[in-house]
Amino acid sequence: MKLFNITNTKTNSSSNKNGGSSLGNDKVKWLSLPYIVWMIGFIILPLLVIIYYGLTSGNKLKNLFTLGNIRLILDPTNFKALRLSLELSLISTLICLLLAYPLAMILSRSRMKSNNFIVMIIILPMWMNFLLRTIAWQNILERTGIINTVLNFLKLPTLNIINTPLAIVLGMVYNFLPFMVLPIYNVLIKIDKDVVAAARDLGANSIQTFLKIILPLSIPGVISGITMVFVPSLTTFVISTILGGSKIILIGNVIEQHFRVGNWHAGSGLSIVLMFFILVSMAILSKYDKEGEGGSLW
Amino acid sequence: MKRSIVLSALLMILMVALTACGNKSGEKVYVYNWGEYIDYEVLDLFEEQTGIEVIYEEFDMNEDMYPKIESGAISYDVVCPSDYMIQKMIENDLLQEINFDNIPNFKYIDSSYLESAEEFDPGNKYSIPYCWGTVGILYNKTMVDEPVDSWGILFDEKYSGDILMIESVRDGFAIALTYLGYDLNSTNVAELDEAKALLKKQYPLVQAYVIDQVRDKMIGGEAALGVIYSGEAIYTSRENPDLEYVVPKEGSNIWIDAWVIPKDSKNKENAEAFINFMCDPEIALRNFEAITYSTPNSEAWNLIQDEEIKNSPVAFPPQDVLDRCTAFRYLGEEMESLYIQKWNEAKSE
Repeated sequence: MKLFNITNTKTNSSSNKNGGSSLGNDKVKWLSLPYIVWMIGFIILPLLVIIYYGLTSGNKLKNLFTLGNIRLILDPTNFKALRLSLELSLISTLICLLLAYPLAMILSRSRMKSNNFIVMIIILPMWMNFLLRTIAWQNILERTGIINTVLNFLKLPTLNIINTPLAIVLGMVYNFLPFMVLPIYNVLIKIDKDVVAAARDLGANSIQTFLKIILPLSIPGVISGITMVFVPSLTTFVISTILGGSKIILIGNVIEQHFRVGNWHAGSGLSIVLMFFILVSMAILSKYDKEGEGGSLW
Repeated sequence: MKRSIVLSALLMILMVALTACGNKSGEKVYVYNWGEYIDYEVLDLFEEQTGIEVIYEEFDMNEDMYPKIESGAISYDVVCPSDYMIQKMIENDLLQEINFDNIPNFKYIDSSYLESAEEFDPGNKYSIPYCWGTVGILYNKTMVDEPVDSWGILFDEKYSGDILMIESVRDGFAIALTYLGYDLNSTNVAELDEAKALLKKQYPLVQAYVIDQVRDKMIGGEAALGVIYSGEAIYTSRENPDLEYVVPKEGSNIWIDAWVIPKDSKNKENAEAFINFMCDPEIALRNFEAITYSTPNSEAWNLIQDEEIKNSPVAFPPQDVLDRCTAFRYLGEEMESLYIQKWNEAKSE
């Protein structure tokens, strides 16, 4: 449910400013203390630990600074895994966007009470564990799975989707779609109906209204959505393990492997590279996000 | 060695139950074992008999366990790592020698397993085997008509798309190295490259690389051939009688999980009492029946009622099979990284 508030940050922060004078700035600062402690303990410190491990060698005798762990990314196999991760997560993000935007539009337009129900349906699968949902997809796609059992029954040829990049994209889209729908929906319902009405009064047709009014105003939600789908897709290793049968190695799998055998240095080094790519993609996004709302996620 | 996901709910219930029990003597023993790797009632029996309270925790992977012991954040008294990990812990001075005077039941442990254990614990000073097994091929008799006796069948194009390979770097390489006639602990880069080339050729034939999932996939008939740990093979054959397990003629890996006592253990004598209890034939039998992983306890074997299990070549392979099997050794951090590197290279087109 926290998702609902992501795109509200701006309104919240502005109301904070107003409320600040009546509450007193000191008190507001005090209220943020638990979060600051949380952030230092569970975000900043772990990041520093990763950077420390990523930039040092595992050799206990000479625990020296090294770029060797970072340079692992230049290895053709690792580089290919990174490239494939970027490709698949971009495709998934795009599909999510194409699916989510019209859905969010329809949801925001209809004035029915059923709206909350539909939003609920989108969130409902997230009440179940991520791992279970992914394993369920495996059962659906498998050679002896649900789809192929039905196809066999109808004497149709079997579909070989499992253990291909397609299965991974499917898993990513399924798991992360709500993260795209909700921010866009939130932005769309906040667009002042009078603005749209004014555009129509001044002679804009529905396409022009969409392109010049609704789309630009919804960009912050789109940016939030893209970030929230792209980042987990880029770093996932569970989806590729379960739906890709470990035949398709993503960069997340490479990192996981290093940690699994206890080589924290190599794993951290590659994590730093991945973080770099995430930061770059966020920087690119924030250029288009003039309102600064996508960035406020972080 | 069992890598399935821990039933955390079960664990929590257990922990609540244990705290509720309270203890009379104030004596405690901190045990750290694989997930679902014991008959939980055995812990109650131990508490009843000795009055020592058991604080029992579980791990999924050796690599999860190691940093906890190394950092000394929690001082466990008894841990149950696998072979190569025990060697790594000995090399890094994390274990203490066991006082065998406190473990009279040690005499029930069959000497042939102790011999295998010398590979990672020379002189058997630090560890007492708890469970062991082999790695082999599980095949579906309805899908494979030729006799399966060699790793070679996993590289046969005839079974393209019907092979489930093991998603474990060392186990994967062990198969290729053994098939090529090399030592599965090889550190020779040329040999590794040759094994890598073989695995690369195998890649297009493999349906998926799996560990735990091999069990359900083979039972469900997803594939014709799979690589599996022997302890799981007993379960799969029960569920699907078409499945048969074989240790290939070229040899394989024998793995041993053994009890050890970490250096910073605060209750060493309780730890030894616990290990002694685990070596008791009746208790070892209960554990074997609960988890179906082979026991090295020869007296427990004598007590097995079910003749079929007792003479099962899966659970208790004949000596000539064991002679062909080798245990893993820890190869050092650099070598482990090289193995991963080559494994990933083999798996990318």
